[in-house]
Order: sequence, then C-alpha cells, then structure tokens
Amino acid sequence: MALYSEKVMDHFTNPRNVGKIENADGIGEVGNAKCGDIMKIYLKIENDIIVDVKFNTFGCGSAIASSSMATELIKGKPISEALTLTNKAVAEALDGLPAHKMHCSVLAEEAIRAAIKDYYDKNGIAYDKAEFPDPTDEDEHHIDED
Amino acid sequence: MKTVYVDNAATTAMSDKAIEAMTPFLKGVYGNPSSLHTVGQVAKEHLEDARARIAKCLNCEPREVYFTSGGSEADNQAIRSAAVNGARKGKKHIISTAFEHHAVLHTLKKLEKEGFEVTYLPVHADGLITAEEVGAAIREDTALVTVMFANNEVGTVLPIAEIGAVCRAKGVVFHTDAVQAVGHIPVDVQGQNIDMLSLSAHKFHGAKGVGALYCKRGIPLNTFIDGGAQERNKRAGTENLAGVAAMAAALEEACANMKENSEKLSLLRDRLIEGLLKVPHSKLNGDRKKRLPSNVNICFEGIEGESLLLLLDAKGICASSGSACTSGSLDPSHVLLALGLPHEIAHGSLRLSLSEYNTADEVEYIVQEVPKVVEYLRNISPVWEELEKGLKPHLI
Repeated sequence: MALYSEKVMDHFTNPRNVGKIENADGIGEVGNAKCGDIMKIYLKIENDIIVDVKFNTFGCGSAIASSSMATELIKGKPISEALTLTNKAVAEALDGLPAHKMHCSVLAEEAIRAAIKDYYDKNGIAYDKAEFPDPTDEDEHHIDED
Repeated sequence: MKTVYVDNAATTAMSDKAIEAMTPFLKGVYGNPSSLHTVGQVAKEHLEDARARIAKCLNCEPREVYFTSGGSEADNQAIRSAAVNGARKGKKHIISTAFEHHAVLHTLKKLEKEGFEVTYLPVHADGLITAEEVGAAIREDTALVTVMFANNEVGTVLPIAEIGAVCRAKGVVFHTDAVQAVGHIPVDVQGQNIDMLSLSAHKFHGAKGVGALYCKRGIPLNTFIDGGAQERNKRAGTENLAGVAAMAAALEEACANMKENSEKLSLLRDRLIEGLLKVPHSKLNGDRKKRLPSNVNICFEGIEGESLLLLLDAKGICASSGSACTSGSLDPSHVLLALGLPHEIAHGSLRLSLSEYNTADEVEYIVQEVPKVVEYLRNISPVWEELEKGLKPHLI
C-alpha cells in the first residue's frame, strides 16, 4: 500500500513485543481514545537495563507500527539510552511516516518516557522533573519532521 | 488473492455497456459539438441524444440537464446560484443538514463568510430528518433548502418528496445532492418536487470526471465557468462527450435493472448486517430500513478504523471508514458525529458499500474475516482492555 513504507506495514501486520507484562516495573500510557490513539508500554527493568518491553495500542496502522518499532529500539538497552530515543529516530527506523502521521511516533517516544518515569516514581529514584513533561498536555507535542 | 471491492460509495467499476458507449468518442467520433461542420455536428447529435436519455431517466426535459465535471461541481453551481439569486431579492438564509457531503458543506461555509446565514438541521440518531423540521426552519428570507437524497456514509434515504413538497408550498428553491441515489433508488424530479439535483456518473458505473445538474425550467441558474456558450451559456468548456455518452448508457442500464439490483443488494446487505452485528459491542449506523440497498455502516467498540481497513486490505477486502486517520484530520467523520456518536465509537467505524457486481460468496468471506480482524485489534487495544475489565462502561 502506497500510504505507508514496507517497514511500517511489516511492523503493523507483524508487530513485535505485543502484549502485557505482569508485575511490570514501569507502565506508561499516553494519548486518548477521543483522538483515536492510545499507547500503553510495559517495562521490565533489571540493573538499569530494559530486559523486556511489551505494548498495547489502540490506533491506526502507523500508531501500532510506531509502538512496535519503538519497543524494538529500546529492548535490551540501558534506561539512559532509551531516554535518548526521539520520535524522529522511530520514524526513520520505519523508513518514514506520512507528515500527518508523525504524531504517532511522538506518542511512542512519550509512552516510553512515561513508563520510565513510572519506574522512577515506583522506586523512589530522583529525576529532573523538567525532563518529563506531562504527555497528556497536547501543547507539549513536539514533532520533529525533516 | 482475490479482490473483494466493497467501496462502491467511493466509486464503482465501469460497466461494459458504459465502456462500449464511450469508446467511439475516444476513437473515431472526435468532433467538437460546437463546430459547424459535419464532424462537429455528428458529435453534437450524440451529445443531445445523451442529454435526452439522461433527462428521461430523471423524468425531466433535456433542456433542464446541464453537464458538469461531476457531483461536486453540480453542488457548487446549484447552491451558489440559488444563493446569489436569493440575495438579489433580499433572501440570504439557507437551510441544510449537518451531515451533507463536503461539496455542499464547504460551499455553505464559504457563503457564510460572504454574509449568508445557514441553518444546519440536526440529524436524528437514526440518520434522518423530517419534512416538518425543514418546514419549521423556513423563513421569509430563506433562499434555498439543500438536503441530500441519500447519505454517502450511513446510507440513510431522506424523505425527499415530502421535503420538496414543503419547499414548493412555501416557494423556496429546493436542491438535493443525489450523488448516492441516482441509478440506485427511484429518482423522479417531477414526482419528488425537486428544483435542482446533482448527480455523478462514476457512482453508477459510469466514468469519473463527469456528472450533471438538473435545474428546473424557471429556476434561474447562473453561469459557473465563463467562456464559450456550451450548456446553454451556463457552463463553458468543450463537453466531455465520451464521459457523457458513457454516463447516459450507465444510467439507462442502472435504471432498467434497478428493481433486480436493489433486491439482490438488499439481501447481501442484510446478510452482512446480520453477520457482522454478531460481533459483541458493535452497532449499525443509520436507520435499518430507510437505507440504500448497498450500504452497511457498523461501529466496533475498542478499535480504530484505519488499522481495521489496512488489515482487511491485506485480506483483499477494500472498504472505508469514518475514522480520523482515514480523513487526515484529528476528528472522525462529521456524519457519524452528527448522528450523535461519541468520538471513540466513531473512530471504529467500517463502511461496506456494495454493487451488483458483488457476490454472495464475497459477502460470506467478509462475514468470516471481519470478526477475526476486530478480535485481533481488540486483543492489542488498551481501550478494549479497560472496557473488558469494567474500568470503563461499554458505550455500545
């Protein structure tokens, strides 16, 4: 289908890391059903390494593909590296997204950050609050497009 | 993989008869109907023959049929013309509905910016409005009532003859966007009290890029494209004769087979509705009975329409949805919202629009595959999880 790259279609029709993690160390949920996109990310963390990650997504093809790709990109990585993941990197890894679908990659970035923040909160780990803006605030969406 | 095309409200495949009718004008009869010589006059005869045949299908006079580039142009011309001519008499009020096609809605929005006042009648949850509601909205300064014949998304068929009668009694011009109706359900401009009507050939197995505007004699019609004297000075530009010839053939064929097609499609439609509503937490949009024989529009809770369409496409099923993602905007279909559906439900809509080329086997394939895709998407949906855990109430 011309709307999406082959990679998007691959990650949409065969999504990686779909599901839930029981007793996850961090859970992040962003988006809302009214707008048509909700992403929920579950993290299993050991010694600051993301040893497992799963997602559930309500949304369009690119939202599901972005979730799948983003989880692939952070699996097995240290938290510090996961925090550097940008929406642009997710979109690039998918060989690009249509301009009006870039917000799906933003949701993926935000969902991961929200899950990590949840992990920090649950474990009493200190962090700079400025680095974790509230993703439910629509104005905070920062879309990097080129 | 076999393609199962069930998006006939978007466009249809051309019929063999329409293609045959078109071919001589692509190869052979190339004249310009405005030319004085024989080659031109032969073309002119074909053009007028097509006009007469289309007029017969609509039950009007040939001179009341103006060829256009399609339904959108016809809507634009009819509405603008009636508005401007109303304004000349100090009438600057227009009545329409909240769930018209964008060709009508966007024209009206523009007119509002130009100083017209538009009443958008609210649509009931069943996708209908009544003639009484139209009558109650008519004022001294109402220049035009424009109400679609049948809705393109939810397939409801509006009480056009009754609305026309109310308008006629009050002396208000009545236009109907009949793009989804012509060739599919009985249309009779005289019997249904219609002053202006828009139609599009590619919705009834004709070619794309051609349509017509019916404008009753005595209703003033303004020139829409300036230039030559084609279409009785109302629409300049050398006529799309090949498209017009195909349109006449397609419309005659559609009208001749209407009863048979309608019976066949109603059975297929009802089987789809029955089969798909077995999916839990699903809902049919639009009145069950007062709907086009071809239209099925169903919402599935907890999923999003674009992902549903893509997965169906991977199975060869071509359908459409009113989800925001398919429209390129953040809001789902204005039609589904006009019916009062909440955003999250409207996002999960699926429209299947049949044609007589579809088969019972195709319908069984759809009934078999759609529930599987819905279940798959629900299994990965956090919205569905919340609904199933009872954290949020089911809305349908």
